[in-house]
Amino acid sequence: MMDVGRHPRIKLLTNSEVENVTGFVGNFQVSVRKKTRYIDEDACTACSECEVVCPVVVPDEYQEGFSSRKAIYIPFPQAVPSSYVLDMDNCLGTNPIACGKCADACDKDCIDYDMEDEHFDLEVGTITLATGMQPYDPTEMDEYGYTRFENVITSMEFERLICAGGPVEGHFVRPTDRKTPKSVAFIQCVGSRSVNRGVPYCSNICCMNTVKDTLLLQDHYPDLQSKVFYMDIRSFGKGFEDLYRRSKEVGVQYIRGLPGNIEEDPVTQNLYLTAENTLTGKVTTHEVDMVVLAVGLVPRQDSELIRQMLTLSPTSDGFVMEAHPKLKPVDAPTRGVYFAGCVEAPKDIKDSVTQASAAVARANILLNAGEVKIEAITSVIHEEECNYCGRCVRVCPFHAITPANKKAGLYPKVVEAACSGCGTCAAECTTDCISMRHFEDAQYYAQVDAILAEDPMEKIVAFACNWCSYAGGDNAGTSRLQYPHNVRLVRTMCSGRVDEDFIMHAFRKGAPLVLVSGCHFSDCHYIDAVTWTQQRIEKTWDKLEKMGIRPERLQLEWISAAEGQKFARVMRELEELRRRVTKEEVDNTMRILSNGFKTATKKAATKRVAAVIS
Amino acid sequence: MNGNGTNAEPEIRIGVFVCDCGLNIAGVVDTVAVAEYAKTLPDVVVVQGNKYTCADPGQNEIKRAIKEHNLNRVVVASCTPKIHEHTFRTCVAEAGLNPYLMEMANIREHCSWVHQQEKQPATRKAMDLVRSSVNRARLLQPQVEPTFPVTQAALVIGGGVAGIQAALDFADTGHQVYLVEKEPSIGGIMAAIDKTYPTMDCSI
Repeated sequence: MMDVGRHPRIKLLTNSEVENVTGFVGNFQVSVRKKTRYIDEDACTACSECEVVCPVVVPDEYQEGFSSRKAIYIPFPQAVPSSYVLDMDNCLGTNPIACGKCADACDKDCIDYDMEDEHFDLEVGTITLATGMQPYDPTEMDEYGYTRFENVITSMEFERLICAGGPVEGHFVRPTDRKTPKSVAFIQCVGSRSVNRGVPYCSNICCMNTVKDTLLLQDHYPDLQSKVFYMDIRSFGKGFEDLYRRSKEVGVQYIRGLPGNIEEDPVTQNLYLTAENTLTGKVTTHEVDMVVLAVGLVPRQDSELIRQMLTLSPTSDGFVMEAHPKLKPVDAPTRGVYFAGCVEAPKDIKDSVTQASAAVARANILLNAGEVKIEAITSVIHEEECNYCGRCVRVCPFHAITPANKKAGLYPKVVEAACSGCGTCAAECTTDCISMRHFEDAQYYAQVDAILAEDPMEKIVAFACNWCSYAGGDNAGTSRLQYPHNVRLVRTMCSGRVDEDFIMHAFRKGAPLVLVSGCHFSDCHYIDAVTWTQQRIEKTWDKLEKMGIRPERLQLEWISAAEGQKFARVMRELEELRRRVTKEEVDNTMRILSNGFKTATKKAATKRVAAVIS
Repeated sequence: MNGNGTNAEPEIRIGVFVCDCGLNIAGVVDTVAVAEYAKTLPDVVVVQGNKYTCADPGQNEIKRAIKEHNLNRVVVASCTPKIHEHTFRTCVAEAGLNPYLMEMANIREHCSWVHQQEKQPATRKAMDLVRSSVNRARLLQPQVEPTFPVTQAALVIGGGVAGIQAALDFADTGHQVYLVEKEPSIGGIMAAIDKTYPTMDCSI
């Protein structure tokens, strides 16, 4: 921590929040608000004269409320920067008549009640997101009585009580009588691995943290009996099993089973835990002096804003989604953004540090290259056909299109470096004036034409997104999963690229069945582009129905890159559906589409490519 | 240079390279028949079969054919582009062709490996996939990948243990770093922990 404070190349902005991020990979503009601390942090020597005279006493957050601090305070003794901060919410007032004692006491005149927030506009090439997590609040698990029994504490509160720098200087006592407990029970998985309350995932660190806590207690108080109630002890890391074994060797009892509830003896304030030991099948009641709830880790509740600024998506567990869970674990889907620590998933210090170094190594590839190359699959707006409707601006998941302004004659503009090439804008454009480089409309028509050129009744045309569904097909192949041969895949970068006209074109050319397949919502490589896929397909279903074409002939599936099995199953189901489509039905569809249905939009794209198609 | 002109393209000249992938493809798909079929497709001027197109001899044949037959489009019928698109893009670029003028047909993962008991239908499907790729290749245009300079500074958001490590690593590798922390001090949750596993030492 100290190294950060004194490193010449690190500009440390504490008490600060990112308010806006614009730009793109290699070229981000970031505005930061540094909230005032009302103290000149460079001049403050942390002498504590101000704190001594401050008359306001409030609970100390750092000590989990076990002790108090003043309204002017230093967060903790080793804080960096080593400077006091004035908590204006609790200060008696900036009016010198109201108080002003701290300003009088400060020899260096560091305190300025009129100090204002500062703004910084930063230009950076990369952004590393390390906003962390927060411990689970066990209030809702009322059976453990966290809010009812003082001697039930969380693992974070345990840390403060056992710490030499804590409120009781490391003399571990229980809150009700301030006596060192003779027995302590730890309850694991509080908030973790539960589909009903808390979170469904394993929080990764709680088992080993409890093992560590039991060893600390044993070290400080050899006669103290620790009991750990658990589902599974996950001691999977280097040196972890050793520590777990040591904990058992020194006499810590591990009981496989979580207590159903906790009751308190109103006189002694001792706690009774009833649990079934699932290894012996016996139900036993344990009396202990104190209970520690090993709380899980959950995503930060205030992370939504920064996620939106960086166009990041959460996975189903609420942590941020990586570019690839295995192969790009520290890269964000937004290029130039990297993850370090618990913002990505719960992890311990070692893994956080490892991931941070990995993130920097990845980011340094970009910084050291000095320039960034963008794959030439970006969108191009053909202004002459644009009607300023602004739909492209609204649908772009990356905010890569700048708004149009009809009055000023400004067309929407693609910021090429921010465009990831999903093609949602091209598919949604109301005048079809957007084309995708290397993934042109005409190229898709050409592919569909070729697929349906011979025996169209035998074919299923399947548009599959590059990242998930096409890769799911690859996975089926690698796994040698056999399925009917009738399907023909057409690769799109994103299912959001699949224009309604592509589908209609396939039907017009005699396809009995069309599939559009993309990533599951939480896996979408283009943030939320699949939501546009879904909306568009739903609209197309309605349209087909109105035209007298069975909507079932257009199928929509979400298949991930890992779901080879599902891919093969869907292909088998599609073949069943295809067999039920009759020649008359297809002929009728072709007639309907060639007579009645021709969107105005298709003309523009057709015109642009007419020269090339023979 | 072939294929690098945009408007005045005189003639589309496509080379199709059909890969056996040992027996991975040829064990199911009649690759000779697919190659013969490819010769009948519009704008295809040369078709070659390779045992392993991705290996050096296979790649060299592509490069030689580009020069000999003045090719301005290349279709490789082999495996998934997710494995070898980069390989063949680099290959054609080395022969002077714009890398975006290369197209693949996935006749392994999406064909021979998943229709192992249906050799004839699999062969017909491979032909379809080649026809589809050739039709797309006829419309491919050369592309230039845009480049942008990179601002030589890094932002780290969050000053917990991960953010601290990231900031120090950036700084020690010579870059200017901004470390933004919401609280009045860095340290995060780590700073509130007494001892840490597995070393049982102090967190701060």
